[in-house]
Amino acid sequence: MARASSTSRKLTVTVFAWLVGLTLFFPVLWTVLTSFKTEAEAIADPPSLLFFNWTLENYVVVQERSNYFRYFWNSVLISVGSTVIGLIIAVPAAWAMAFVPSPRTRGILMWMLSTKMLPPVGVLIPIYLIFRDMNLLDTRTGLIIVMMLINLPIIVWMLYTYFKEIPGEILEAARMDGAQLRNEIIHVLTPMAIPGIASTMLLNVILAWNEAFWTLNLTAAKAAPLTAFIASYSSPEGLFYAKLSAASTMAIAPILILGWFSQKQLVRGLTFGAVK
Amino acid sequence: MGRITLDQITKSFGEAQVIPPLDLTIEDGEFVVFVGPSGCGKSTLLRLIAGLEDVTSGEIRIDGKPATDLPPAKRGLAMVFQSYALYPHMSVRKNIAFPLKMAKLPQEEINRKVENAAQVLNLSPYIDKRPGQLSGGQRQRVAIGRAIVREPAAFLFDEPLSNLDAALRVNMRAEISELHQQLSTTMIYVTHDQVEAMTMADKIVVLQAGVIEQVGSPLDLYNHPRNLFVAGFIGSPKMNFITGPEAAKHGAHTIGIRPEHLRTSKESGEWTGRVGLGEHLGSDTFLRVETEFGEMTVRTIGDFDARHGDTVYLTPDPARIHRFDESGLSIR
Amino acid sequence: MATAHSRTAARAMISPAVIFLLLWMIVPLAMTLYFSFLRYNLLMPGMEEWTGFENYRYFLTDPAFSTALINTLLLVGGVLFITLVGGTLLALLLNQDFFGQGIVRVLAIAPFFVMPTVSALVFKNMFMNPVNGLFAFMAEAIGMQPIDWLAEIPLLSITLMVSWTWLPFATLILLTSLQSLDSEQMEASEMDGAGAISRFFYITVPHLARAGTVVVLIETIFLLSIFAEILVTTNGGPGNASTNLTYLVYAESLLRFDVGTGAAGGVVAIILANIVAIFLMRAIGKNLDA
Repeated sequence: MARASSTSRKLTVTVFAWLVGLTLFFPVLWTVLTSFKTEAEAIADPPSLLFFNWTLENYVVVQERSNYFRYFWNSVLISVGSTVIGLIIAVPAAWAMAFVPSPRTRGILMWMLSTKMLPPVGVLIPIYLIFRDMNLLDTRTGLIIVMMLINLPIIVWMLYTYFKEIPGEILEAARMDGAQLRNEIIHVLTPMAIPGIASTMLLNVILAWNEAFWTLNLTAAKAAPLTAFIASYSSPEGLFYAKLSAASTMAIAPILILGWFSQKQLVRGLTFGAVK
Repeated sequence: MGRITLDQITKSFGEAQVIPPLDLTIEDGEFVVFVGPSGCGKSTLLRLIAGLEDVTSGEIRIDGKPATDLPPAKRGLAMVFQSYALYPHMSVRKNIAFPLKMAKLPQEEINRKVENAAQVLNLSPYIDKRPGQLSGGQRQRVAIGRAIVREPAAFLFDEPLSNLDAALRVNMRAEISELHQQLSTTMIYVTHDQVEAMTMADKIVVLQAGVIEQVGSPLDLYNHPRNLFVAGFIGSPKMNFITGPEAAKHGAHTIGIRPEHLRTSKESGEWTGRVGLGEHLGSDTFLRVETEFGEMTVRTIGDFDARHGDTVYLTPDPARIHRFDESGLSIR
Repeated sequence: MATAHSRTAARAMISPAVIFLLLWMIVPLAMTLYFSFLRYNLLMPGMEEWTGFENYRYFLTDPAFSTALINTLLLVGGVLFITLVGGTLLALLLNQDFFGQGIVRVLAIAPFFVMPTVSALVFKNMFMNPVNGLFAFMAEAIGMQPIDWLAEIPLLSITLMVSWTWLPFATLILLTSLQSLDSEQMEASEMDGAGAISRFFYITVPHLARAGTVVVLIETIFLLSIFAEILVTTNGGPGNASTNLTYLVYAESLLRFDVGTGAAGGVVAIILANIVAIFLMRAIGKNLDA
């Protein structure tokens, strides 16, 4: 596949690609760098890229003043909780669709996909009112339910495409070997699908972590995750670049790291298996 | 312990009936081979017996007990799949132990049985490897091991050798036959390869389009095919068929003569023909001969000297001529 | 290929997922539809009354609606254009052989994982701020007058922000598709005397068309619902200059507490999204059996 190309051509491409890559990455890099500056240095003219007095002060201040970890913990609970519950509901459903397909399977899959296309704003009011009446506003439980539901179609679809790749004969073998359905799914299907389940989980944690419509509209203080935490910096008193950067860095760092691990699955998950 | 009775069973997928009403009894300890061209319903029949598919109507009995509505797990049968269907995430040991674990046997008994099976099948050196690290033949043996530990009422094999290369296939064929001798458990074996059927079976069931064409021992089918389909399917190379006046001479609509029952001579004989293709195998020679009745295949001695275009004379062994009537049935 | 037993089990196992999604879809949808025919303001509880299509008339004739609709189309169209063209070029670049391929790919994909509120705030303050922003500094460095991005060209600014997030997504998908391009096909066309440019247009582009369609459709679904970026940067302003449909409905319902009008707007948004959805479902459905 790899064609011999002259070294000079390769060097040109290298320089060019790095330039483009760094440009795209620059806002992230700049945010991280700024988070280690003092407020004065953060708005210095000319700005300094690396040669400033590195300080961790901003992180300390952000944590002390606005209790970053509480928001962080909310984000973790909401994204992981909704994904795990989603998986528990989706694994049996995907098993059924992948291994016992019926004439309706295709229709059900497409319908599930269609629920994902419902613009959130179209159901904002009812959900808001239902949540208000059920005392779910600004609760983690409420957000876990919503996140689970908006991501459930993606979870089912991703699992379905992974399960489809497992030969049905192996599950039949388990059935012949005397395994009940429960054992077939727990001892044979799930371990075989671990890579697929893991990437499904990863992608959905990322999506839930970054979701910023429902988290902003359904939380106030108690259950607010990091998206809402950062949004609170949009008010004028938040115009402290170094602290804003420190808060931003802490909000994106965990997911940036997870995201880099899940590039491949991201394509498959977000295109519902249409591009592999 | 392994008498299987199929009583008027049928199978339809939607509108299409793949198996019209069918009766069959498989005796305890028999090695039965279902053979037929692809799409003849032999695998479906096996899956019906296994319980992986529902029968549309009719009854299946195993050792006299109704099994029609039992799930596969409760039928006490073991199956070896075409793809082996090993659990890729388990070691060989765990693969073989799986059915015993599902049956909730005590751990020491499981260990004993697994060790024993591994010994019998020469799997001991690989027992802690994963299926992915094994060769095709070894995987096949693991699949068999997983089947035998359960001591099932019968073994079901679904084209188990079709993923192996030719040499290995011959070996495994012998091993499975050997296993049958040792265990003397009922075995039902599905294949499209009539050589496998002839070499392994006690009883062959020839299927076409879901219908049983004939049931019998290998030699029975070879010597007394019930109809044109069986006559053409069993035996290699295929039987030659002649219709028209030459068949009428024998009082039949069609006559059939196997390549090995034609005597070939360069001097004289009953029929005259011109040599087309020749396949020299050393031990035998197969000639395609163009005769007045059409192309015929002939088996002759290894050093028979004939070139493309030579004239040869063929004489059928009169005792070996098979006669068929207009509907294709054999005339006895 | 299954037994009645396993089909029964299958139905039981699909049910929870189907029931949850059905509830999630039907209940709020029915309520939105119902509210859209009511005069209903959260500030005046108990005063609800039936108004027929009054809310729709009000919402659709409000000049803010046509502005929001145009803004929505400009925003979606602009981001699609930038990400598709940029994504194709970037994918072609990253598909070349060069030093540090893996690292550059990781750098380029990073923006997609940045949560919308963070990217919006970082761009708003640290880049687009007319006094302290990096863009202002760069403009001054080359002797130009810095502009107040979010006040002067709010919609374009938001378009650029959102494009920054979605460019990696488009790139990643196009790159994946590019990697599945049969190299023998390329070599065959080269043997047939096709030059680099005709190879690109006759082989690469048709091959990417499918992935491109998927990018367009999926981005559209997400872009129609852009919300956080607007909320934390411009609040839809100045005036309505950067208000899209989603933000308009949000403002009606939760800022002005006019549930009836908001619901009518929600129904309009659903209808628009459905038009896109139909095309998306076709594209993905085709792939289902393959």
